[in-house]
Amino acid sequence: MNAGISMTSGIVVEPWILLSFCAAIFFIGLMGVLIRRNILIIIMSIELMLNAVNLTFVSLSGPLQDMGGQMAVFFIIVVAGVGSAVGLGLVIAMFRTLRSVDTDDIQVLKG
Amino acid sequence: MLALIPLLPLLGFLINGLWYASVQLRGGKALSAQTSGLIATGTIGTSFLLGLVLFFQLGSLPEESRAIETTLFSWISVGTLNIPLAFRLDALNALFVLVITGIGSLIHIFTIGYMAHDEAPAKFFAYLNLFCAFMLVLVLGSSLPVLFLGWEGVGLCSYLLISYWYTDPDKASAGKKAFIVNRIGDLGFLLGMFLIFTTFGTLDFAALKEVVAQTTPSAHIVTIICVLLFVGCTGKSAQLPLFVWLPDAMAGPTPVSALIHAATMVTSGIYLVSRVSFLYTLSHDAMMLMAVVGGVTALFAATIAVAQNDIKKVLAYSTVSQLGLMFLACGVGSFGAGIFHVITHACFKGLMFLGAGSVIHGMHEEQDIMKMGGLRHHMPKTFLVFAAGWLAICGIPPFSGFFSKDEVLWHAYSSSHGGTFLWALGALTALLTAFYMTRLFVLVFLGHSRSKEHAHESSAVMVVPLQILAVLATTAGLIGIPHLSWLGHWLMPIVGHVHLREGVAESSEWVFMISSTIVAAGGIAAAFAVYSNLKTAEGLRARFKTIHTVLANKWYVDEFYEALFVKPIAAISDFLWKFFDVKIIDKIVLSFGTVTNQSGALARGIQTGSTQLYAFMMLVGFVSIVGYTLYGIFQ
Repeated sequence: MNAGISMTSGIVVEPWILLSFCAAIFFIGLMGVLIRRNILIIIMSIELMLNAVNLTFVSLSGPLQDMGGQMAVFFIIVVAGVGSAVGLGLVIAMFRTLRSVDTDDIQVLKG
Repeated sequence: MLALIPLLPLLGFLINGLWYASVQLRGGKALSAQTSGLIATGTIGTSFLLGLVLFFQLGSLPEESRAIETTLFSWISVGTLNIPLAFRLDALNALFVLVITGIGSLIHIFTIGYMAHDEAPAKFFAYLNLFCAFMLVLVLGSSLPVLFLGWEGVGLCSYLLISYWYTDPDKASAGKKAFIVNRIGDLGFLLGMFLIFTTFGTLDFAALKEVVAQTTPSAHIVTIICVLLFVGCTGKSAQLPLFVWLPDAMAGPTPVSALIHAATMVTSGIYLVSRVSFLYTLSHDAMMLMAVVGGVTALFAATIAVAQNDIKKVLAYSTVSQLGLMFLACGVGSFGAGIFHVITHACFKGLMFLGAGSVIHGMHEEQDIMKMGGLRHHMPKTFLVFAAGWLAICGIPPFSGFFSKDEVLWHAYSSSHGGTFLWALGALTALLTAFYMTRLFVLVFLGHSRSKEHAHESSAVMVVPLQILAVLATTAGLIGIPHLSWLGHWLMPIVGHVHLREGVAESSEWVFMISSTIVAAGGIAAAFAVYSNLKTAEGLRARFKTIHTVLANKWYVDEFYEALFVKPIAAISDFLWKFFDVKIIDKIVLSFGTVTNQSGALARGIQTGSTQLYAFMMLVGFVSIVGYTLYGIFQ
């Protein structure tokens, strides 16, 4: 791997900075999923996690000379789009029946 | 062609049975008695014709190689045991095949009329055909296991047909009784079969005969084998002590009583002992036991028949008694006479049962002979054919029963296994037989009508088979005229000669013929004297009240068995149920359930229903696994 990632402007960015940035976004998303009770926010947090991964792929595909990373990103974007479409559909259905988007209201499947 | 004989009735069973099961039971149309009866009679009738063809083919073969064999497939093959499903027709079972299919066809035709108003004639005919198929497997089987297959099959059909009207609890339990009592006998049969295999190493009859002829088996083992097989016969052929099921079996429809419980199935015991007669002749003790059991059963059942009032019960006890005579004949070494009596008995007892069926049908299901009387005016045709059966069973010459019964009695006296005691048993039975049969005949057909019911003659479809049977019952004895016996000659290669005792002259047979005619005539005369005037009969009954009560209650055998076997077994079962089952086995099984329940109750706390908590748990798990792995890498 090169010492850094050259941007178009000529600035070289150290990889750990980018990776830390992505990890931070990923964990923000993860915490959002785990902690927030509003289901819309949870879906947004999931998107956040997915895009953190996308960012990692893209940023590392250059230095690794591997287009596979960028390929994967397209797939992930498509799947994520489909996922959120389905998820939002479910949210609408949930809101229609419960008049609520709070996950605490959908805990009926308990033992 | 040989395999077709049992397969055709099986085909008839499949057609009628499948129609009943897949059409009628699903609300479809029921086959009429005519259609289903035609299918059933057609198949068994074709079997009869095939049987006739093969019979003559057999007759054209030289005497020493008189057997036709066919193998269908290898049935059981384990180690040295190799049992093909094979049939072998020889001089002995050819006769049985003709009796089963011939009498069977006539009874099938009769049934068309008798079951005309039944709800499911297809079911009835299917059972009848299945019975015929199994019975033919029984007699045609080339080895003991194949015979046993048929043996069990006819037991099953007997059960199904006795409890045909299963909505009546009495009839259903009569079927169960027949099945269970037969199972007791079957145990003896099975043990005997196992012992034969361990002793001789083969179960095929022909091979067995050769092995027995070549080796000299210990008389001890042979006696045990013969006694065990005879236990099987006492069950199937209703001998003491296992005869109790046969009188109860009369709960079934009358054609069933005629076909299964008089003409064919109950004679399979005689067939079995004749089939393995080469074993029995080696064991004097087993022969003695068979003769004594047969003779005692004959007399015992005849005494009961004297005091019964149900027309079918009289005939049933008469059947037990006649079967006893057959075993008496086999027991004194005269298997030929036993089989001769099987054939004539099938004709005249089949006739009498069907005649009784015709009477019952004409009297609107009345079976009590005290309520009949004077039927000769209302049912002249039935009267005439029944008279032929009556004279035949009483043993009046030249009717068929005379010849066969005379041969049995003569050999009971003259054979090297026989003696005066056995002859006396037989002669006394013959006397009683003539007496109770005449009693039945007088009470049913002669005198004045004692019923308000208006009896009517049965239709032609029922009367014609009766007339054919009446001709047979009259003439069947001609195949076994003493000294000119075609039957004796025909069976000789299989069952051998009867060895006469020392000091018994062949010519004295004539004395016995005359004396047995006198005995029969005496019985008939006595019964006429008593029953032509019912007041005399009442007076006699009052005088011998104790004896009459004991006889009418069948010597209390059923009550005795009830107290000795049924009640204790029921008590033990009750104890095992309430103590062992409920308190021990159920406890153990239920405790498994309790443990599962309680551990489940503990574990269910984890399931909160909150998806996010699950996700958190996943995270924790993931982190721990990754952490553990990394720890391992950096270690």
